Amino acid sequence: MSFIEVKDLVIEFTKIDDEGNEVPGKKAVDGVSLNIDKGSFVAVVGMNGSGKSTLAKSLNGLLLPTAGSVVVDGFDTRDEDHIWDVRSRVGMVFQNPDNQIVSSIVEDDVAFGPENLGIEPDEIRRRVDDALKHVGMYDQKDKGAHMLSGGQKQRIAIAGAIAMRPQCIVFDEPTAMLDPKGRARVMSIIKDLNAEGITCILITHFMSEAEQADRIIVMKDGKVIGDRTPAELFSDIPFVESAGLELPPAIELRKMAGLPGNLSTAAEIAEHIAASR
Amino acid sequence: MIRDITLGQYYPGKSVIHRLDARTKIIATLVYIVSLFIVNNFWGFLIAGVGLAVVIALSKVPVKFIFRGLTAIFIIIIFTVVINIFMTEGRIIWQWKFLHITVEGLSRAGFMAVRLVLLIIGSSMMTLCTKPIELTDGLEKLLKPLSKIGLPSHEIALMMTIALRFIPTLMEETDKIIKAQQARGADFESGNIIQRVKSLIPILIPLFVSSFRIAQDLALAMEARCYHGGSGRTRMNEIHFHRGDAVAAVVMVLFLAVIIASRYIPALF
Repeated sequence: MSFIEVKDLVIEFTKIDDEGNEVPGKKAVDGVSLNIDKGSFVAVVGMNGSGKSTLAKSLNGLLLPTAGSVVVDGFDTRDEDHIWDVRSRVGMVFQNPDNQIVSSIVEDDVAFGPENLGIEPDEIRRRVDDALKHVGMYDQKDKGAHMLSGGQKQRIAIAGAIAMRPQCIVFDEPTAMLDPKGRARVMSIIKDLNAEGITCILITHFMSEAEQADRIIVMKDGKVIGDRTPAELFSDIPFVESAGLELPPAIELRKMAGLPGNLSTAAEIAEHIAASR
Repeated sequence: MIRDITLGQYYPGKSVIHRLDARTKIIATLVYIVSLFIVNNFWGFLIAGVGLAVVIALSKVPVKFIFRGLTAIFIIIIFTVVINIFMTEGRIIWQWKFLHITVEGLSRAGFMAVRLVLLIIGSSMMTLCTKPIELTDGLEKLLKPLSKIGLPSHEIALMMTIALRFIPTLMEETDKIIKAQQARGADFESGNIIQRVKSLIPILIPLFVSSFRIAQDLALAMEARCYHGGSGRTRMNEIHFHRGDAVAAVVMVLFLAVIIASRYIPALF
């Protein structure tokens, strides 16, 4: 059994028409089925409006299925009695670093999740310190959150998720509002967490980030149109372009230089070029 | 200018004042504010001023940092002073047409100015030396008895935590909106008062919209972190009364007694 099992998931937003009646609106997610294994690193890519964020929010019950089901570690997200079991297993980091920090002081914000779980104060302290060390923000724990840069705030948000000791963290475009340095730092933290056995699901627009995952899920108009490894995906350039995605820089180079399509990483391409000289 | 408001800003430290229980500090601040209104002559303000100076010295918060908070309310102080100088009847020492300055006016203006300054510094000492979260925790505990009669103490405390947290964020947002509107040719500086108030509308509406967007994002983030109200929630830093709090309580009682006694010291003039 996979850690997260999504089956025939449909999420439909209802609209209110001019007369105040609820009418069915757009299906943001339309018949998605997928399994996510424990410890894997999955990227979800797609154009704006492809439903990837909606899918992300349904993985921990922030959005509930209109039809179909999402089962996390044996708990159905529609089961109200176990919604906190689901959310303590699947943490989430959002796009805007400013709008997800609850407390003015760094360490108090990281403690917010564990406090909600009703954990003993000593244990919360240990988890907060540990989480802050993980993201390299331990020496700033007494600082005001508004004094930090966007990248630092995002690291605090990640620490807030880690402190709940989830088995999986969903990152919903965590780097979209960061500068290149902040992005690189957040990506390296995500990879470290994955190496420690935490399942990571990364929603992103950046192909250079997606290619670091084990598996890339491509979405379009609420449907999954591709579920491949990065190497498989980026060897099929027409497909990538038809999905409205850009190519990672290295693959772009490979395409422009007319190199063989089986080269999928910057290192392989560099090796090929060096060998052919 | 809006960045200079120290009210609601925390100055990290480990001083005696910082270590006091938030509840002690809230009550002490209330006592101090009340005492400022009990005072009826300058002797009382002298005592209150010295008391505040001692607290500032103990807190080790740089004086510069404290006074920065005053710049924001400087206009209010000036306004109060001017109104009091010109509007108080009494022994006239200077007159020009309908304007006149009286001895009573001068003394009252000074009185009000000192009271306002002490009031602002006194209450900002509380927020400077107490982490916002401790402050709201303290308030939650102080209000707890009232939850029996239906006062949602946890919700009030959480609302305050979030309000304090988002002051800087909303200020940045306002700044951004002002600049964006100025770039589109909005004029906030000319025209009469009605035109100027009207010109605030293009700032306020986007600000409202973005506050709602922020609120929605935050609510999602809180839910994702298992927030489900005050029941079953623990705290990382449980607050406790210590010996220092008992000392502070005794000091505040003595202070209040001295302030009340100061009413009976003959006035300077």
